[in-house]
Amino acid sequence: MCAKPLKKEPRQVETTGHQWDGIEEWNNPLPRWWVWVFYATIVWGIGYTIAYPAWPLIERATPGLLGQNTRADVAAEIAAVDAANAATKEKLIATDLNAIGADPELAGYAERAGAAVFRTNCAQCHGSGAAGFEGKGYPNLLDDDWLWGGTMEDIHLTVTHGIRTNDDSRYSMMPAFGLDELLDETQIAQVTEHVLAISGQEHDAAASAAGATIYADNCAACHLEDGKGDRAQGAPNLTDAIWLYGGSREKIIETVTKARFGVMPNWNTRLSEDEIRAVAFYVHGRGGGE
Amino acid sequence: MAFLDKHKAIETHATLLMVLSLLVVTIGGIVQIVPLFYLENTIEKVEGMRPYTPLELAGQQVYMREGCYGCHSQMIRPMRDEVERYGHYSLAAESMYDRPFLWGSKRTGPDLARVGGRYSDEWHQDHFTNAKSVVPESVMPPYGFLANNIIDGKYIQDVVATHRMTGVPYSDEMVENALADFTAQADPLGDASGLEERYGEAAFGNPVNVRNFDGQPELTEMDALIAYMQVLGTMVDFSTFTPVANR
Repeated sequence: MCAKPLKKEPRQVETTGHQWDGIEEWNNPLPRWWVWVFYATIVWGIGYTIAYPAWPLIERATPGLLGQNTRADVAAEIAAVDAANAATKEKLIATDLNAIGADPELAGYAERAGAAVFRTNCAQCHGSGAAGFEGKGYPNLLDDDWLWGGTMEDIHLTVTHGIRTNDDSRYSMMPAFGLDELLDETQIAQVTEHVLAISGQEHDAAASAAGATIYADNCAACHLEDGKGDRAQGAPNLTDAIWLYGGSREKIIETVTKARFGVMPNWNTRLSEDEIRAVAFYVHGRGGGE
Repeated sequence: MAFLDKHKAIETHATLLMVLSLLVVTIGGIVQIVPLFYLENTIEKVEGMRPYTPLELAGQQVYMREGCYGCHSQMIRPMRDEVERYGHYSLAAESMYDRPFLWGSKRTGPDLARVGGRYSDEWHQDHFTNAKSVVPESVMPPYGFLANNIIDGKYIQDVVATHRMTGVPYSDEMVENALADFTAQADPLGDASGLEERYGEAAFGNPVNVRNFDGQPELTEMDALIAYMQVLGTMVDFSTFTPVANR
């Protein structure tokens, strides 16, 4: 339909000299602004490689005239934050653990810093609200039932060295009465009935009576005769309704048979002393602190 | 721009075009390839880095097979927020024995470069089986089936040998004893002295984790993957590391 040339005079624009079946290729120049921006990027690119680390050479890359270094930058940024908090951190380390709460400024810092440390490092196991995961072996930190003690010093020690992680950790080991064949299945069932009895749950009275002797011989050394547990050994209280791995008949049988071996990492290699103190203060303040 | 008009001479001579094209491609190739010969100069000298043990290597294979790198990075960037959350920024030396590297680029889940030792083995078992049971807001799919996949280490020696072929410094003894080391690491009651001698404290500065990682008697893919998780980012001794400019 367009047999005639366009209104615009074709000869106003040079052609490249290529022609196919009467179709000519026009040689329109690029917009000037585009060309200049393009040249500017080339100049900028050259300048950039001079100013910043760029060309890989045999020994190392060119350092760049500005001496910019990402690693130095992040170190400086962290150092600046540390410097701003240095006085408070030193004070936190120097202050007796139990005296932190008495100083409102220090307590405010420890509470907030501890919350940040807790959410980053502790929430994955103890839950973001510190309520733990009942029956899975991740203890609730809100209640006053403590395995290893709930004073500031106890919590600080647990966080620092962890549980069953290295030689400095808190360490307890319940025998696997079933797997190691210390007790047979009937005896385990009987002692389980006894544990159900002392924890005030529904139980078989006859089996429980038989279990009491087994308990006295095998369990009382750590969990004590009345079953109230012993924090010095990390032996939990068996008479309350709080269970680390579940308090049902099946769960107790499983625990007695296989034993439990919960592990908490030692945090002294990942957190600084002031961070450990802050998180201990935070945990202590959740409601169960002693 | 008269010389540009000469391109007709090139375009009409196939041989000349080919020779000049080759020349251009060669320049491009040299610019990209030659720096790789000096790759060593980008890797810091650090203490503690060792090749993965056979079991950890098997775990890394599982990690790759399941596409974990699609949602998890292994690269802590030198930025304050990342350093504060995950620990010291990653070094090139820390992935020098990865074949291939698993830095990733997507973080649907957290970075794993320093996940080693951060959680207990039980936590990993719970978390792989059902992530929501310990992290309610997690969207990670369940990987509990790994605990049912028993592995016998049939090809583990080949995997170690292949890694050596690509430049990971496994010694002859490491390759020869690959299968023994593979089973020894997940058996706390067995004799792991050979494993410890080859990969442990005396040789590289850190003891090898020897545990029953998945809590089951059988050696499963879960064992391997947890062994791999527990060693990530724990090898380098940062007390002896000083950052060097331009790296």
